[in-house]
Amino acid sequence: MGSHSDGTPQSGTVATTGTTAMERFPDPGLPPHRPRLTDVDSKAAKRAERQVVLLFLISILGSILFFIGYFGVRVDGPIYDVTDTSATTALWLQNLLLGLGIALGMFGIGIGIVHWARTLMPDHELVEERHEVRTEEQRAEAQSILTTIYDESGIKRRPLLRNTLIGAAVLAPLPFVGLLKDLGPTNLAVLRQTLWDEGVRLVRDPSGTPIRAADVTLGSTYHVVPENLASIGHNEGYLDEKAKSVVLLMRLDPDTVNVSPEREDWNVDGIFAYSKVCTHVGCPVALYEQQTHHLLCPCHQSTFDLVNECEVIFGPAARPLPQLPITVDADGYLVARSDFQEPVGPTYSQRGTHVEEMQGEAN
Amino acid sequence: MKALSQQRRHPLAVLVLMVLALLLTGGLYAVATTTNEAKAQTQTYTAQDVEEGQKLFLANCSTCHGMDGAGTPSGPSLVGVGAAAVDFQVGTGRMPMQMNGPQAEKKPVQFDDEQVQQLAGYVATLGAGPNVPEQEYLDVAEGNAANGAKVFLANCAMCHNAAGAGGALTRGKYAPSLMEVEEKHIYEAMQTGPQNMPVFNDANITPEEKRDVITYLKTLETAPSPGGFALGSLGPVSEGLFVWSIGLAVIIGFTVWLTSRSA
Repeated sequence: MGSHSDGTPQSGTVATTGTTAMERFPDPGLPPHRPRLTDVDSKAAKRAERQVVLLFLISILGSILFFIGYFGVRVDGPIYDVTDTSATTALWLQNLLLGLGIALGMFGIGIGIVHWARTLMPDHELVEERHEVRTEEQRAEAQSILTTIYDESGIKRRPLLRNTLIGAAVLAPLPFVGLLKDLGPTNLAVLRQTLWDEGVRLVRDPSGTPIRAADVTLGSTYHVVPENLASIGHNEGYLDEKAKSVVLLMRLDPDTVNVSPEREDWNVDGIFAYSKVCTHVGCPVALYEQQTHHLLCPCHQSTFDLVNECEVIFGPAARPLPQLPITVDADGYLVARSDFQEPVGPTYSQRGTHVEEMQGEAN
Repeated sequence: MKALSQQRRHPLAVLVLMVLALLLTGGLYAVATTTNEAKAQTQTYTAQDVEEGQKLFLANCSTCHGMDGAGTPSGPSLVGVGAAAVDFQVGTGRMPMQMNGPQAEKKPVQFDDEQVQQLAGYVATLGAGPNVPEQEYLDVAEGNAANGAKVFLANCAMCHNAAGAGGALTRGKYAPSLMEVEEKHIYEAMQTGPQNMPVFNDANITPEEKRDVITYLKTLETAPSPGGFALGSLGPVSEGLFVWSIGLAVIIGFTVWLTSRSA
């Protein structure tokens, strides 16, 4: 397959017999073989050997460092205690030693072996000739094998056999598509309902205290959850319910806001409540710029304009954020008038049907 | 210069460049995050303060905010913003503004503590507004960092980052880092909602909760990072930059070394 170079120039020249008269420049062949310093100078070879040994020793040291970090460093006491940072500092040291130890252990071996191969192992140059192009006879032979298989399988003579095989192959993967569906909620209706309902108070997150309309001053914003969220236990889907029902509340100057006729009674003197779940892929849209009245989603920079019922002015979101209709109860606290009038959050397979149902219920 | 340009293909040139770049960014960061050392001040303003404050106002602020502080097309009205807003804006160097831009940036403070107090005293007379916070609500020893973390994560972290390192907003605006910010300035920012930050009045986040938030931020400042190098606590931004620049450069360096001829 290959031939050893004897080190003389032109020794590895590739055959040029096939070239025509249109030869433009001579084939330069391979450059001459230059021996490495370690091949001619035994001192350099000795030095390279020491370097490789040093690299392997570094690897050994790294592995020892790992065990010093693993067994030698004790992390006692609470992490993030400001009055006594010794535990946090110990954890920092341990993580540093573990990472550094593993890294050096691998690094030393890898670099050492490469350095060894480059400086001390034999330095032969090999030339491998190209494969010959396949001949026509070989092609014909391969074709005849395929034809034989085709004939002997009888697919041509027994079409029923072929058709049932195709049918089986098409159907066999379908159960897995069915299983994919089970990754989502089995009952998609949970996506259209939230905890909000008529008379449910808007309360602060995380303190859970109700909000008076007068507390919401111009330019302020409240991060809000429904009051009945507190009654749901952590194992009863607390986080799921919270994730659907989070709301951002803010007061805008009523004269600057464009409100469509059917939403006129959804705000309280310029206090608006909007779902915090982005209609793109569901990140919490909570970056509120109080001067521009823009809401920014931190994930993909979708920007919603509060002045125009949260219409999308930038980014990949397809729909405005759903608005929560609110009013004031007898005690002066803000309450919801109803649930959201469209499903919150990103698109899902039955969203269109749900929107129609919800509009039907509202009318 | 010739000697320098000949060295540019030296194997160590990339390393030297990288170290220089790191030193430059680190140095700039250190300069950008230097603290100012203003002390907390009294709550009341004498007639003399107000008078001196008005002189300072006319000389330094009235071009944009109007002779009577009622605002002009170039600057908002200061009626009702209160002493807290002045103490924050002027006390952190944001005002007087150097030039128009997406937002007023923190810079070396232009006035001494007494002048800031006089200005605040004058602006407080323009209309009722929040006063500078009382000392008891700035005392970190009294605060509850765990509750502060809850309030911070619900109200502040989306813009200022869970570690208080700051983050980008739209069109060049940004939420600044909250590290090394004075307690009273954190309080005043929540109270007054400077620039595009919303207002978090006492009905929304009570003074005690504000103290908890400040305690949480001071905790973040003092606690060492248990995971090793924090890289500015900017999450995937700085970590990604590190991997894509330093990590990839190291890998490319190794491939070049692997395929190069040994001497």
